[in-house]
Amino acid sequence: MLEAIGVPSIDALFEPVPAAVRLQRELDLPPALSEPDLMAHLGALAGQNADPSTHAVFLGAGAYRHFAPSFIDQLLLRSEFYTAYTPYQPEIAQGTLQAIFEFQTLVSELMGTDLANASMYDGSTAMAEAAMMACRLTKRNRVVVARSVHPHYREVLDTYATNLGLAVVEVGYLPDGTLDVCALADAAKGAAGVVFQYPNFFGVIDDPRKAVDVARAAGALSVAVVAEPVAMGLLAPPGSLGVDIVAAELQAFGVPVGYGGPYCGVIAASEKCMRQMPGRFVGMATDTEGRTGFVLTLATREQHIRREKATSNICTNSGLMALAATMFMAAYGKDGLPELARLNFDKAHYAEAAIRKAGAKAGITLRFAAPFFNEFVIGGLGDAAAVQKRLLGSGIIAGLPLERYYPELRDSLLVCVTELNRAEEIDRLAEALAG
Amino acid sequence: MTTPDHRDQLIFELSTPGRKGYSLPAHDVPPAPLEGTVPDGLLRSGLAGFPEMTEVGLVRHYTRLSTWNYGVDTGMYPLGSCTMKYNPKVNEAAARMRGFAEVHPLAPDEAAQGALAVMHALAGMLGEITGLPAVSLQPAAGAHGELTGIMMIRKRLITRDGHPRRLVLIPDSAHGTNPASAHFCGYEVREIKSCARGNLSVSALAEAMTPEVAGLMLTNPNTLGMFEDEICDAARIVHEQGGLVYCDGANMNALIGKARPGDFGVDIMHLNLHKTFSTPHGGGGPGSGPVVATREFEPFLPTPVVVATRDGLRLDYDRPLSIGRVKAFHGNFGMIVRAYAYIRSLGPKGIRESAENAVLNANYVRARLRDEYEVPYDRLNMHEVIFSDHKQNEYGVTTLDIAKRLIDLGFHPPTIYFPLIVHGALMVEPTESEGLDELDRFVEAMLQIAEEARTNPDLLKKAPVTTRRSRFDEATAARKPILKWTRPVG
Ligand SMILES: Cc1ncc(COP(=O)(O)O)c(C=O)c1O
Repeated sequence: MLEAIGVPSIDALFEPVPAAVRLQRELDLPPALSEPDLMAHLGALAGQNADPSTHAVFLGAGAYRHFAPSFIDQLLLRSEFYTAYTPYQPEIAQGTLQAIFEFQTLVSELMGTDLANASMYDGSTAMAEAAMMACRLTKRNRVVVARSVHPHYREVLDTYATNLGLAVVEVGYLPDGTLDVCALADAAKGAAGVVFQYPNFFGVIDDPRKAVDVARAAGALSVAVVAEPVAMGLLAPPGSLGVDIVAAELQAFGVPVGYGGPYCGVIAASEKCMRQMPGRFVGMATDTEGRTGFVLTLATREQHIRREKATSNICTNSGLMALAATMFMAAYGKDGLPELARLNFDKAHYAEAAIRKAGAKAGITLRFAAPFFNEFVIGGLGDAAAVQKRLLGSGIIAGLPLERYYPELRDSLLVCVTELNRAEEIDRLAEALAG
Repeated sequence: MTTPDHRDQLIFELSTPGRKGYSLPAHDVPPAPLEGTVPDGLLRSGLAGFPEMTEVGLVRHYTRLSTWNYGVDTGMYPLGSCTMKYNPKVNEAAARMRGFAEVHPLAPDEAAQGALAVMHALAGMLGEITGLPAVSLQPAAGAHGELTGIMMIRKRLITRDGHPRRLVLIPDSAHGTNPASAHFCGYEVREIKSCARGNLSVSALAEAMTPEVAGLMLTNPNTLGMFEDEICDAARIVHEQGGLVYCDGANMNALIGKARPGDFGVDIMHLNLHKTFSTPHGGGGPGSGPVVATREFEPFLPTPVVVATRDGLRLDYDRPLSIGRVKAFHGNFGMIVRAYAYIRSLGPKGIRESAENAVLNANYVRARLRDEYEVPYDRLNMHEVIFSDHKQNEYGVTTLDIAKRLIDLGFHPPTIYFPLIVHGALMVEPTESEGLDELDRFVEAMLQIAEEARTNPDLLKKAPVTTRRSRFDEATAARKPILKWTRPVG
């Protein structure tokens, strides 16, 4: 090969790299491991982490453990899916393209919107990009966001907005955990978007119509964040309630919690947003023989064509996770998703009642009185982080201490219960919290 | 009327009422009342558009879809700039270990020491590989890393000078995400023309570099597959005016173990774990785009950062100068595990050899094809090589035709029409995963196409003919977009 190229050595191939910057030593990296040694090493590391086989876990807060039928991961391992690139050559990527088209259709139905894109990195960046889109569409530069939106999502929005000179105004919540509509209306004057979460970060089922009314009155767009899409099996979809833009995290649909990623963000919206949407779209097309199929489309919004004038800088998104979510939605389907949602709802309410009953003497209360879905906040714990630590010792991760994000909720834990938390586990949690 | 072929149907058309492809755990708690709990008007009336399928129906449908795809495991995938190397299977097994896949991201640090150890170790290794020791694993892909890196430049300038400056300089050969990322960070973009050699023009840079310029954003090796050999001078020019050098690290596969960006004047860059470090691309993601930078950037890294303390590893949130968060939780951990497994499998020697073989393979393809295809910059290249369709244009054949014909001959086409500064670019990146036999097969296919362009151009114009679908009318698809399936009326 060197002869064909006309160089004497491998080193000669690197002559374009000035000698002064060529590395003259081996990298200081650990020595190579054989596959069995690597697996043993990683197994030991994995063994240091608490997972649901070692602990009863009641954490949600934007990452939800639900049962994914076994076939999903087996199909994700079809290497024609996972070793492909972005479908730039549609003739040999119809599998990916059709799956994404089904994804866009399912997400539009789930959210009650006209359209959905082909995915974003995650819910947090989807929300930041949705807010920026609202600014472009309204030609305004201020967004209002409820404090009951996931704190990480709000942090990401702040980071993005700061650099663009966009103002972010946060609005508090009422004592029952719902949107403070009056404060929201005050803040919304002249704003581009009104951002709220459904169900909100505390698990509370806020009424999207309140935010929609506030936004409409102010000439702003309403942006609903959905971080727990299983709730959509029970609750009216935001689009049908007049919401303009939905920024969602679909991790709950077949993607493991996996210490935070990769997940599956998506933006779903009304038709009027189409040309300002970030990210990719798959559209139906006809080939030279008149057969239908699928292609990437509306690319003139995107960075590879519009460069700095693009609607976003996103390129690679979350294709494989969107495929997981597609298979999850198709598997649970028309009846299964409502049943799954109902089971989550029932278990969470059972847990809340059990905790309140067992914990009454210890002063444990339900922090927010408003209706909730599969998460709720319990208060009266004194130092909630210390309580979490105590329960960790008995094999329970009790929930998320809220003080880091809400200093006023130092005594509170956000508890999540899904269909995978058995009643026996829930009883154990209730007793441990009380004791 | 013909019966529709079920193989052409969408999941919605295959749906049959009453079918079921899921099972739920025991309902071991009493039902909670919905009435009076869920606010009025917020109960969902149904999910009419969702399908009803048996498990076997679902499995056949998605298996069928998979067979219409081409992946790295199908064959050579010389998609330039994308580094479509083999994705080792052990990485998939590693990322699926329960102690990684099922750990909740908000688990207390003491209950996630193994996960934090992987993150800490990978950050250290990426720092060593690039010579840039301040690392964040949070960004979700290359473009996200760019955005994060430019935010860090902005924050550093504000901290240093009180203002962020106004402009970012970007060569005309850059990927579209570069100007888009700079723009979404509040900068104006000024394009710099490449010189006749296809490299950054240092004189054009010197002219454009003023105290209004926050920095230079360049790709090295650049998107023509060339090493920017005047990078040290370029960096000096930028630094002298108080600017900073950002490097798009998409092409780091050419350099690992051979040269370190930190040693040639780069201040900050991102890496693509889904290119250089073998994590699969997933048909369009997920990726992972860690940012690595000089020590001076440490305070500005996104929160949180994994730090070692006497009581073990923990996530440090107390970082007053941080740009903030760019993503929920801590990054695409599943990709982090895979990249860690990759580096540990190869070790220092193996990873250097991967760069050497990547560069060897790309130069070999150039040498074998240079007589038949124009090579606009015909000298030693790094990990990828750019051809143009100049010679084939004579017969009315374009890059698109060449790409589509390659499909019929069993290969994934190269990246086409990028970089924009080469007319009809064909960007070939074989990666180190291909052996000589496979490279020769690719070369033979390309030579055959060059011959066909002369003798039978029509064959190329009609390609591909071996696929399930032929070329699409993309213009109509964009003009009248159909973005979801709707049930036909009647
Ligand atoms: C040179 C270059 N820069 C940036 C990117 C963007 O990376 P990503 O798709 O991971 O966002 C790519 C890949 O598409 C690239 O090739």
